[in-house]
Amino acid sequence: MPQVFHRSSNTLARLSIVTGAALLVSSVLIGSNLSRSPYATQVGVPVDQPVPFSHKHHVKELGIDCRYCHSTVEKSAVASVPPTHTCMSCHSQVWTNSPLLEPIRQSYLNGTPVQWNKVYDLPDFVYFNHSIHVQKGIGCTTCHGPIHEMNITYKAQPLSMSWCLDCHRQPEKYIRPREEVFNYNYQPPANQMELGKKLVQEYHIQKGQLTNCSICHR
Amino acid sequence: MRDKQRQPLNLDEIRKRLEQAKGQHYWRGLEELADSEEFQQILEKEFPRQSSPLGAFLHRRQFLKLMGASLALAGLTSCRPLSMRKVVPQVQQPEEMIPGRPLYFASAFPIGGFARGILVESHEGRPTKIEGNARHPASPGAMGVISAQIPAPLNPDGTPKHLGATDAFTQASILTLYDPDRSQSPMYQGQLSAWTDFTTALAAEMGKQAAVRGAGLRILTENITSPTLAGLIQELLKKFPQAKWHQYEPVHADNALEGAKIAFGEPVNTIYRFDRADVILSLDADFLYSGPASVRYAHDYATRRRVRAGAADMNRLYVVESTPSVTGSVADHRLPLRPSQIQAFALALARALGVPVSAPQLPAEQHKWVNAIARDLQAHRARSVVVTGESLPPAIHALVHAINHALGNTGQTVVYTAPVEAQPVNHTESLRELVRDMAAGKVETLIILGGNPAYNAPADLAFASLLKDLTQRNGFTVHLSLYEDETSALCLWHIPESHYLEAWGDVRAFDGTVSIIQPLIEPLYPSRSAGEMIDTMLGRQRTSYDLVQAYWSKRLGTAGFQKAWRKMLHDGVVPNTALPPRSVTLRTEAVVSAAQKLKPTAQGMEVVFIPDPNVWDGRFANNGWLQELPKPLTHLTWDNAILVSPSTAQKMGLQMDTGGLANMVDVVELRYRGEKLQAPIWIMPGQPDDCLTLVLGYGRTRAGKVGTGIGYNAYKVRFSDALWTASGATLAKTGERYPLASTQQHHSMEGRELIHVGTLEEFRKDPAHLVRKPSPEEEHLSLYPEYRWEGSAWAMVIDTSLCIGCNACVTACQAENNIPIVGKEQVARGREMHWIRIDRYYEGRLDNPSTHLMPVPCMQCENAPCEPVCPVGATNHSEEGLNQMAYNRCVGTRYCSNNCPYKVRRFNFLKYNDPKEPVLQLLNNPDVTVRGRGVMEKCTYCVQRINAARIEAKKLGREVQDGEVVTACQAACPTHAIVFGNMNDKESVVSQWKRQPHHYGLLEELNTRPRTTYLAKVRNPNPDLEGA
Repeated sequence: MPQVFHRSSNTLARLSIVTGAALLVSSVLIGSNLSRSPYATQVGVPVDQPVPFSHKHHVKELGIDCRYCHSTVEKSAVASVPPTHTCMSCHSQVWTNSPLLEPIRQSYLNGTPVQWNKVYDLPDFVYFNHSIHVQKGIGCTTCHGPIHEMNITYKAQPLSMSWCLDCHRQPEKYIRPREEVFNYNYQPPANQMELGKKLVQEYHIQKGQLTNCSICHR
Repeated sequence: MRDKQRQPLNLDEIRKRLEQAKGQHYWRGLEELADSEEFQQILEKEFPRQSSPLGAFLHRRQFLKLMGASLALAGLTSCRPLSMRKVVPQVQQPEEMIPGRPLYFASAFPIGGFARGILVESHEGRPTKIEGNARHPASPGAMGVISAQIPAPLNPDGTPKHLGATDAFTQASILTLYDPDRSQSPMYQGQLSAWTDFTTALAAEMGKQAAVRGAGLRILTENITSPTLAGLIQELLKKFPQAKWHQYEPVHADNALEGAKIAFGEPVNTIYRFDRADVILSLDADFLYSGPASVRYAHDYATRRRVRAGAADMNRLYVVESTPSVTGSVADHRLPLRPSQIQAFALALARALGVPVSAPQLPAEQHKWVNAIARDLQAHRARSVVVTGESLPPAIHALVHAINHALGNTGQTVVYTAPVEAQPVNHTESLRELVRDMAAGKVETLIILGGNPAYNAPADLAFASLLKDLTQRNGFTVHLSLYEDETSALCLWHIPESHYLEAWGDVRAFDGTVSIIQPLIEPLYPSRSAGEMIDTMLGRQRTSYDLVQAYWSKRLGTAGFQKAWRKMLHDGVVPNTALPPRSVTLRTEAVVSAAQKLKPTAQGMEVVFIPDPNVWDGRFANNGWLQELPKPLTHLTWDNAILVSPSTAQKMGLQMDTGGLANMVDVVELRYRGEKLQAPIWIMPGQPDDCLTLVLGYGRTRAGKVGTGIGYNAYKVRFSDALWTASGATLAKTGERYPLASTQQHHSMEGRELIHVGTLEEFRKDPAHLVRKPSPEEEHLSLYPEYRWEGSAWAMVIDTSLCIGCNACVTACQAENNIPIVGKEQVARGREMHWIRIDRYYEGRLDNPSTHLMPVPCMQCENAPCEPVCPVGATNHSEEGLNQMAYNRCVGTRYCSNNCPYKVRRFNFLKYNDPKEPVLQLLNNPDVTVRGRGVMEKCTYCVQRINAARIEAKKLGREVQDGEVVTACQAACPTHAIVFGNMNDKESVVSQWKRQPHHYGLLEELNTRPRTTYLAKVRNPNPDLEGA
């Protein structure tokens, strides 16, 4: 009986098995890397705004405290983007003719709010509360990165669930003394883990609870 | 699909079974008793609601193919960056507004002209939830009368939260604000028109009327208690002296008013102090559920029914009624009688208590009741209340005043004040007078402020056709209302009315206390309030704010007014406006002579009209929350039915099917005075024989997308001389059948020992005997070592003695947790989404069973059977003992629901929560995820409130204190039957309740270790009537 398949079929078969497996592995790898890449997470991608507001200028160069504008960060779930009035408290005196500030002046004149583009946007089923994090020693720059170096604000962290859980599982890795929360120059000390453990205890952080679903999802 | 296996209920068989049953025997409904094969199949199928509508046309293979494809494609959706969203800050930040934190404003919800005090939760200027205002007399809260037993819930700063109780209407009224069907523009002859056109036309018309001193001007309003509005109307009447003001509400206390006139020669307002009463007799009065003071009365009544070890004392409630009601369902003794029999009963009772009337001879059974009740009342002189309902004629109301007088209750448990209404009138007579003038051609200009008289006026007054005639004869007819409804359609002009959350106003409570109605939001559509309308008629253009302020600054004086005004707004009540008690003189002779004129007999079938417990007189017909809310006792949704007793149904051959999910019932034709009405029937255990109950509020023709064309319109057979009861109606079977969606048999737990009931006597002897405790072998049986719950351990206890089944908790939960409505067809499949349901159990005879109620939210089991079966870990346990649900992780296998012995999980079979209308999105609570299709959901113990309290406590470096977390159901409950708190705190109220001897867990023997537990129901029967 003649052979149905040519000898080369063996090679072909092997090759297709190997390629198939490689394709499978690579597609998983590509997929998982793509979803973590800045293309998907937008980490490090500056976001266009109606007014090119520079945190670098206001925070580092002028030394304005975070809470001057984000006034509810210690009271509420949201840090809040400042009302136009806050901008005008200075800009009615300085840079009064700057064309870049025209949208702000228009907003103030017409009473129409400025529509900023959201940089840190959590999914609707996640409930994050700024006030408790600030109170328990999580610094601004821990999540918002080197905000004092940003001319145009970009997202510094991916905001993925694994990123959240990294800290919720081991807050001692990131926690800092309460009085350092708004210090953008703060550098974790060499003995961070030691200090962290001490602070976690001191601030009554119940670590077990932090990984409960209903802490963030409800 | 539906009718294959249906069988009619065999009532004879059921009756036999009940007679043979030994000991305490509880049943959920007729279907269960019939215990037909079909009912068994429903139970065995366990999840009829999961029977897929796809099944009919989709094969398994096809389904798998589709699923495979969609799975593969689903992954792709993650491969794109999220779209950009906006942050929109204010231009000027209002004082006190902190983005992300709600503010609460005091206001008042007017219904039937009477106020319920409310606190409205507002998120960035958007009202989302209504709570009761505990400072208000009609919405008593924890800081009120029972502060010793329930500490006031606390704000984060330790001050008490003034949360009060509410009813379902108040809770649901916020949905009406955002109803997309609300009218949005003036209409002229049914065409869109402009505001300026209307104001010009109105000014011209008023000029015309001014020339004739208002001779052709009539104003028709609903019941008015508002001092500001009444002041404006008086001003208008002064300017147009020949004009007349009429008031009409279809559900109004006309008989009480006339009764007071007979008894005292003047109209008075009666206030009952149920908190002081040891013995209460209700003659067809549903005082716990309907009426302006119902929330307060339910609260006061319940303060006397908290049975605790060492403090076992309670009041006793007798109810004699013609339709099973909320009040009747919690009575210690309930006697179903036809309206005419109740009259005879009242006469006999009056005689037994020494009121000099002659009484007809009663049947022996009723005679026994009269004697027993009379003895009990006599034994509690000055500590009893006899209360009567609107269905009874004025003479009986007068007679009841005399009875209370004879019992020495006057001034003690029955307090009289001046009327609350700005102008107390008999509404039916007021409307009759208007109709007479309209028929005589005396009316040229008719301004209707609110209400819907074309739909709900008595049939014999023919208001609708007269209104149509008037409009066609070039009469200037205007209707101001929230919806462009039946009345609007017959008027020349329809003007959109502002919702009470949109405009300023004031309104009085049942005791006269005035509240300022403080709006929470700018009108969503250009609209007017009734006050603004009158002001426009007076040729002015003041806003509702100016009107209310002008009235009160005049009344209180301008000195220090701003301070007083701010306090009034903050507290939600105007101080010192409650009406003082007044002394009255009983005119016994007038009462007796009126009572002797009564002829308590009736021919043939008697008819009783009741307002629908959910849509009331029809005003809430377009409110989906109230339509889908299972009505107390019948658990019907989306329909009304004619209630008939089992015996009457048998006699007339009327049938209701078992099996299937929707109940197929017979449709009957009711004939009364030449009018015909077709309606489905509902066989109601506890309904008196030969007595039909017709439910008002349905059969709307222009209610909106939700409420139009459902149910029958009972107003068609309601006549002005027989508003509440009628006799001589005939009933005929049409042969047609109609599906009704009742939720009673859904989520059945198959006759296990669920509810525990005992008498006060038994409780005093051995309280623990009331409940069945799990045996030691059953308890704590686990392969794993005991888990130690540290920190807060959330738990709930529900006192079944106190639950009256008023549904306030169900609606509050719906509002708080963004729970969607699903529609009648989906309810019929058992897919309603309410996170808390109220189970009804019957005990005893078919014709007059005792009713027991049990609210069932998620039990938050410590050994939760739902958790191990979830393949994706979407439901699991928190440190604090919450059985939590991560919606975004749920893939919709529904295993959890299958494994839940309590049947408290709800599945989004379709995309229920998908408001096509942007305005409905404003309603959502931003603190709770809006769930999509294919996701399981359930009660979370209001985890958003727990988290908020925990975060605030942690910021202050302390533990969450008892009373700081109040769940939505707990806050709304008028009787405070629900407590919630930390059971690790041994001093917390919830721990105290858990230590009670009659405390038990539902299906505790399954070792689920529920966190939600119950106190057994304690009744206080009269030994003389035991077995009756």
